[in-house]
Amino acid sequence: MSLDLKYTYTEKKDTRSGFGDGFLEAGRKNPKVVGLCADLIGSLKMGDFQKEFPDRFFQTGIAEANMIGLAAGMALGGKIPFAGTFANFATGRVYDQIRQSVAYSNKNVKICASHAGLTLGEDGATHQILEDLGMMRMLPHMTVINPCDYNQTKAATLAIAEYEGPVYLRFGRPSWPVFTPANQKFEIGKAWKMIDGKDVTIFATGHLVWEAVVAEAMLREEGIHAEVINIHTIKPLDTEAILESVKKTGCAVSAEEHQLNGGLGDSIAQTLIRHNPAPLEYVGVNDSFGESGTPTQLLEKYGLNAENIVKAAKRALARK
Amino acid sequence: MKKQSLPELQKICSQLRRDVLRMVHAVQSGHPGAPLGCAEYFVALYFDQLHHNSNFQMNGKGEDLFFLSNGHLSAGWYSVLARSGYFPVAELKTFRKLNSRLQGHPATHEHLPGIRIASGSLGQGLSVALGIAQTKKLDKDSSLVHVLMGDGELQEGQVWEAAMYAAHYGMDNVIATVDYNGQQIDGPTVKIMDLKNLKAKWEAFGWEVIETKEGNDLASVIAGLEKAKSLTGKGKPILNLLYTEMGYGVDFMVGTHKWHGSPPNDEQLALALGQLEETIGDY
Repeated sequence: MSLDLKYTYTEKKDTRSGFGDGFLEAGRKNPKVVGLCADLIGSLKMGDFQKEFPDRFFQTGIAEANMIGLAAGMALGGKIPFAGTFANFATGRVYDQIRQSVAYSNKNVKICASHAGLTLGEDGATHQILEDLGMMRMLPHMTVINPCDYNQTKAATLAIAEYEGPVYLRFGRPSWPVFTPANQKFEIGKAWKMIDGKDVTIFATGHLVWEAVVAEAMLREEGIHAEVINIHTIKPLDTEAILESVKKTGCAVSAEEHQLNGGLGDSIAQTLIRHNPAPLEYVGVNDSFGESGTPTQLLEKYGLNAENIVKAAKRALARK
Repeated sequence: MKKQSLPELQKICSQLRRDVLRMVHAVQSGHPGAPLGCAEYFVALYFDQLHHNSNFQMNGKGEDLFFLSNGHLSAGWYSVLARSGYFPVAELKTFRKLNSRLQGHPATHEHLPGIRIASGSLGQGLSVALGIAQTKKLDKDSSLVHVLMGDGELQEGQVWEAAMYAAHYGMDNVIATVDYNGQQIDGPTVKIMDLKNLKAKWEAFGWEVIETKEGNDLASVIAGLEKAKSLTGKGKPILNLLYTEMGYGVDFMVGTHKWHGSPPNDEQLALALGQLEETIGDY
């Protein structure tokens, strides 16, 4: 049985490649764009930029704290630094450096974080950060973006180069469906309603937007019409779009590759509780670390795939 | 700014020390010890060494820059910034008070001229200084970047990440000075976490190291900074080990960690001010 999906794809690509290609294009557009990386140039797909602009690229070695400080100094001098490493090392390891030298000092640094979440896969829990969105969205001045596929990540990368201020851009490792348009316009802070519905809203971010698209088709087969909203920007959150949708549907599901604590679900809950306390069900990791496995196996085991979104939607509907 | 004579600069040092003590006394909080020990350095830098623009520009293009990595020396830095014309001297009386631009530790969000990055959480200033120094190299801007760190601060790992980077990239437009007073908040560095041979450490990391043995003698401090400047542009970052005494200038504060983070009371302030001549006018 094949699902009647509202979005389809012809190829799978990793979101980190969307970042790498967007970064190169941003570098071509604006000579102020510079790059830094802490010994993960290949993994972050920053090699093409380094090759084309060797003078504007700085290998920092395995020294993330210094990299963040360097980036802050470069921003101060008028450059637009993109500092890349794994999401784990781009957040928790350097939280204080980001807090003082970037966020509090309001420097135009782009923190580019790859290999986020469970879909990092076999490397296991040491590298599968599930707390980064929460840490970053707590910081004043910080913009937090988690795009869903190659095309959206590339567009987001180009957009943040033109935005003045600290940004946390989160992307990942696995090969993933490319289901959003090439050369799309990316509007920071503007949620994207991908599928209209009337019964329940699914707010999804990152890789789980695809799972939400699949879940919508599964729910539709059972006569449930879900609205799917792509929350690529977690901060600033598009509260207007959230409230407008939930006013119509009356209940919601949040879906993210992150801890339930502190992430997208909590952001939406904060909005709903203040303005429209409708039922909200969370899809995310429930206060646990990950483990080794394939991305698909991990999403299934930790309850983050389309089937789990369907179940959550039904729970939300039952509470209406 | 026209250069002033040594006696004139010495008068500013005395005034800076008075400012620091009166500022921390007024709010009964802050860190008097280290800025007392760094008065000569601050004055030498701002009144003799730095080629800086009179109109403050955040991006620091075309001018020498200074970063205070050990942000708790804020009282001394604010004093020298005000005394060298960055903002009105009268504003020193707002130090650490509500709605002030003179935050307990330096901050940028209130737009105090002279401050380019927040500091206070230790170990971050050298990295930031290297970042903008790298930008200067990219932009063919030949001005210099100074940064001050505490000796206790060198216990932070990030400093050594930055030290490695600076040598690897030949950051010869950076002069890092270490306030080598041998004291930190819990006691002498030799007891808390011995720094051992700092000169050898920095040399091993690939830096050109100079020692300024008389860090509380203005002429020596200027000579040290001149020597440091003469070594720039030769492919290596410069480290200036500045031997100072914490609390210098007040006989009962000198040479101990006890005044690292403690303000004087009324009686102690009066005693201390009695040892420091009011030269160019209290704020």
